[in-house]
Amino acid sequence: MKTISRAALACAVVAGGLTAVPAFAADISACLITKTDTNPFFVKMKEGATAKAAELGITLKSYAGKIDGDNETQVAAIETCIADGAKGILLVPSDTKAIVPTVQKARDAGILVIALDTPLEPITAADATFATDNFKAGELIGAWAAGTLGDKAKDARIAMLDLATNQPTVGVLRDQGFMQGFGMDLADPNKWGDETDPRVIGHDVTSGNEQGGRTAMENLMQKDPGVNVVYTINEPAAAGAFEALKAVGLESQALIVSVDGGCPGVQNVQEGVIGATSQQYPLLMASMGIEAIKQFADDGTLPANTPGLDFFNTGVNLVTDKPVEGVPSISVEEGLALCWG
Amino acid sequence: MTDQPKHTSGQDFEQSLAGSDTAVAAFDSERRGLMSRLQHFLHSSPAMVPLFVLLVATATFSIVVGPKFYSPFALTLILQQVAITGIVATAATLIILTAGIDLSVGAIMVLTSVVMGRVAMIDGWPTPLAIAFGIALGGACGWINGMLVTKVKLPPFIVTLGTWSVFAAAMFIYSSNETIRSQEIAAEHPLLQFFGTTFKVGGAVFTYAVFLMVILAVIVWYVLNHTAWGRHVYAIGDDPEAAELAGVRVDRTLVSVYVVAGIICALAGWALIGRIGAISPQSGQNENINAITAVVIGGTSLFGGRGSILGTLFGALIVGVFSLGLRLWGTDPQWTQLTVGALIIVAVAIDQWIRRISS
Repeated sequence: MKTISRAALACAVVAGGLTAVPAFAADISACLITKTDTNPFFVKMKEGATAKAAELGITLKSYAGKIDGDNETQVAAIETCIADGAKGILLVPSDTKAIVPTVQKARDAGILVIALDTPLEPITAADATFATDNFKAGELIGAWAAGTLGDKAKDARIAMLDLATNQPTVGVLRDQGFMQGFGMDLADPNKWGDETDPRVIGHDVTSGNEQGGRTAMENLMQKDPGVNVVYTINEPAAAGAFEALKAVGLESQALIVSVDGGCPGVQNVQEGVIGATSQQYPLLMASMGIEAIKQFADDGTLPANTPGLDFFNTGVNLVTDKPVEGVPSISVEEGLALCWG
Repeated sequence: MTDQPKHTSGQDFEQSLAGSDTAVAAFDSERRGLMSRLQHFLHSSPAMVPLFVLLVATATFSIVVGPKFYSPFALTLILQQVAITGIVATAATLIILTAGIDLSVGAIMVLTSVVMGRVAMIDGWPTPLAIAFGIALGGACGWINGMLVTKVKLPPFIVTLGTWSVFAAAMFIYSSNETIRSQEIAAEHPLLQFFGTTFKVGGAVFTYAVFLMVILAVIVWYVLNHTAWGRHVYAIGDDPEAAELAGVRVDRTLVSVYVVAGIICALAGWALIGRIGAISPQSGQNENINAITAVVIGGTSLFGGRGSILGTLFGALIVGVFSLGLRLWGTDPQWTQLTVGALIIVAVAIDQWIRRISS
């Protein structure tokens, strides 16, 4: 009796499994295309997308460019997704303008295209954008730096450690957001480097890593050794800048602020290497993107924007243990619980 | 090395020519035009053009920017900034002298740096063992390149284009792209940051990485010019068939060149930890291009057989002088990129002009 019921149970499971398989592959497939598969940020994004896709029964295929700025590989990836009959594409564009015609081809083929992290130019070229409000991220650290300096903010000597010479949108938004938050005139908010505020001692580029951050900081320190505020595009660049300051014994003179919220970065906030950082949430961007594709495949609903913005804001928090009045922030402990990479 | 140039006149150039070793250029004494003689001179002393450019650039920025540039601190800062590129470029020079190219040098550097750091920090190996392992790994990477070039007979460009990706991807997979922070390394394995140690002489500040670069360059210069192995490297670059006929074991020498280059890259990987403090899989991704740029601006011919380590060092310094000089002068970073690009083209054009005498 026992054996029979066991066999029956096994049969039922197998049958259930068999029927479940076709239902599972209800042919919703999606693509995730990131700039590279090397940056921890994109690794985390892929993790979020993969987990959510498995949960919702979506077949996910991931692609990535070879290096940041590699447009051709991303174009080829979109074409593959079109040929593959994907329902939706989550794209972190490397070249925000050049990829637009290819994105249009995908949309013409009835595919939902969601830009993650980095908006396309124009932003409406995608069906939706799920991103960190990078301008806001910059604004938070700018306001925090100004608030921390207090009266001394009007005489600040500020080094701007940016991403790259081709001024990708994300770099411009963070840079200009910082300046706005600090209380400076932006001139053209679509580019950095055209400001005339005398407190800015200069801009240099870092490629977003430690090595670039160190060299850029050395260059700008040589220009003005009195530097006391350092804006950095991300936390690796901030760590490099700190090494440069430390090498000449000026690490206590300058306040370093950054954006990202990776775990090593938040630990650096904890230890006082970085004063404050704006934390973003790549895992959330990707998992929400997969949910939106599922929704679209089910009933054609398009994702909506955050009110007042032309994209969906996946959130940003200032992480610091030295909060400034009027600038909302979370503690390092909370930041560590939410960090990525 | 390149201290305090003040004059920019052509006469100064002539003076520096007089001081250099021209013994190799013992041509017959038939009448020649000035241009032709210059061409011959440059052919035998490939480091002269970059030295001249370096001196002129340093002098020009000293005048235009003033004491902020022309100070012991700033000039030694340039040395610190180019040290990593200079070391990797030493490796790249060896390969390019054999008429090869190595696109994987930067990837080997980062791979070895990450491996040294992780076996020490994560697996708890003693620091010297971790470093030795990293250096051996660099040599192994070079050996793979060398075997593919000589035994499988693939062009070096293709081999190293492939291994560039392979080494880089292996590093990303192995490290899960995780950074190990400077503070943790300083607490547990400070020897990894050895080459970041600074050393002050008056206002001048050197890091041990600068000494490493100079010492390596001197050793490689000596080996290239005063040992059979070194002359074989030049001979192979000039004409591998002729070298073979002359009794040079071409394949064996080539493999050894790639192995040595790999080891030098691993040393650069160790120095990189000192430079940035951290173990960072994200750093150094353009180092192969930076190194090849230094080699080319340094007057080493991409066609092999002609060039020098000193030229490479000057090439790296030229890029450093322009980067810092232009920044202090107040230009946007884009202009540095543009200038370096123009320098590459000028350098190769000069090389082509010089080569014409051999045809």
